[in-house]
Amino acid sequence: MSRSPTELIAEAKQITRLADDGTRLINRVDFSIRSGDRLGIVGSSGSGKTVLLRALAALDSIQSGQLLHAGQAVSGAFVPEYRTRVVYLQQRPTLFEGTVETNLRKPFELAVHRNRAFNRDKVVGWLELLDRDAGFLDKDQQNLSGGELQIAALLRAIQLEPRALLLDEPTAALDAGATAAVERLVSQWTKQRPDTAFVWITHDAEQAKRMCQSIYQMTAGELAKDTSWNT
Amino acid sequence: MEYLKLTYFQVGIAALLVVVHGAISVWLRLGLERSLFVAAIRMVVQLFLLGLVLQWVFNLDRWYVVLLIAAVMTTIAGVTAVQRNRRRYKGIWLDTLLSVWISSWFVTSFALFFVVTGIDKWYQPQYLIPLLGMVLGNTLNGISVGLSTFTESAYTRHAEIETMLSLGATRWEACESPIRHALRTGMTPIINSMMVVGLVSLPGMMTGQLLAGTEPAEAVKYQVVIIFLIAAATALGTTGAVLLSFRRLFNADHQFLRSKLQAVPEKS
Repeated sequence: MSRSPTELIAEAKQITRLADDGTRLINRVDFSIRSGDRLGIVGSSGSGKTVLLRALAALDSIQSGQLLHAGQAVSGAFVPEYRTRVVYLQQRPTLFEGTVETNLRKPFELAVHRNRAFNRDKVVGWLELLDRDAGFLDKDQQNLSGGELQIAALLRAIQLEPRALLLDEPTAALDAGATAAVERLVSQWTKQRPDTAFVWITHDAEQAKRMCQSIYQMTAGELAKDTSWNT
Repeated sequence: MEYLKLTYFQVGIAALLVVVHGAISVWLRLGLERSLFVAAIRMVVQLFLLGLVLQWVFNLDRWYVVLLIAAVMTTIAGVTAVQRNRRRYKGIWLDTLLSVWISSWFVTSFALFFVVTGIDKWYQPQYLIPLLGMVLGNTLNGISVGLSTFTESAYTRHAEIETMLSLGATRWEACESPIRHALRTGMTPIINSMMVVGLVSLPGMMTGQLLAGTEPAEAVKYQVVIIFLIAAATALGTTGAVLLSFRRLFNADHQFLRSKLQAVPEKS
């Protein structure tokens, strides 16, 4: 596939992450996320998919290799800003005490987002795409279903206008209807913001085909492009 | 006012009261006789030894001996504070000792040089040792409560902390709420005890001074000074310990090193 030169949102060069006991969790992985990428990662449990995604979000320290954003090393004071551009979403989302709106407002309390403000209309626009209304914002997080939690967490991330989302099996625990809603939201987001990208970890081959253009296979900490899948 | 010097015989009479405790244990089959016996012996031996050591220190009257004793007391306080913490990390010993040391010595020095200014020598053991002892006993509580609250809540609330980090929080922003919670928990007891002191309890030190023949109004002055010292040292020590552990558990790349927190198996 040839594309015009695209921006490198995140570039992992030969990254290795070791567990505390020295076990190699991921081994010399090269991986890059460019604008417009829709990437899938498949692989068995414990193969290192989550480890890679967390390393790409700079949530864990890597023992060798490099993580770069637009050519700049991701370290020190730059890390929080980087994480607003490359947002990692946990498999089971964590919402803070309060309503969905409280949760969506929360990031704007952070120094890194101080020049921005919560935009309710924008969020309601996203909700309408999912056939939901503004009432969703007033729901208490304790009363949300698994699918709704995931939607709330996704909205909390995409309202920050990230360049890339790192999705760690976002639909693994959801039923078909909720899965479809999550997929729809992510598809709509990428359609409206073509210069963004996502990396999606999934166990579901069909989902990978539906959502991603390129698929990588993770096996025992080694990453390989799965050419048989690529369209 | 004079006070009555106790004879060993008189102390022995009081020791008879231990029989009451033992009798209840035997009667209700509580199985406490053995530990009661050991505890009573330990209490007597430890205190008499302490008396001997203090007597020796008071007589020697050398600044380095006083400081040595103070150092030993401080170290024991630091070790005790760590031992009460169930979730530890590499470096917790150093962090805790530093916090105990700096807070208690700073506050005690303040008292020696700016409050009890009339004393003959700055290291006069009669003042330095009791003041430091009172400060340590309380600082150690604040530190161990504050630190274990912090490590425990950082451990259990890791998903929340990492969500904050993922949304662009700095390590401080991500951890602010567990830190505040830990500091509050560590510092509240001293505030609570200030609220009720004198109403429901007669402070131990004041009691001692009254028995030793001090005028109540004079004893009160010392007690007030002591409580202010304790409050300041607890605040300093708790804050120091929690902030030092924060720096160990979160690195400069704003990553939470949760695996550093190891649970220590509880002793029976």
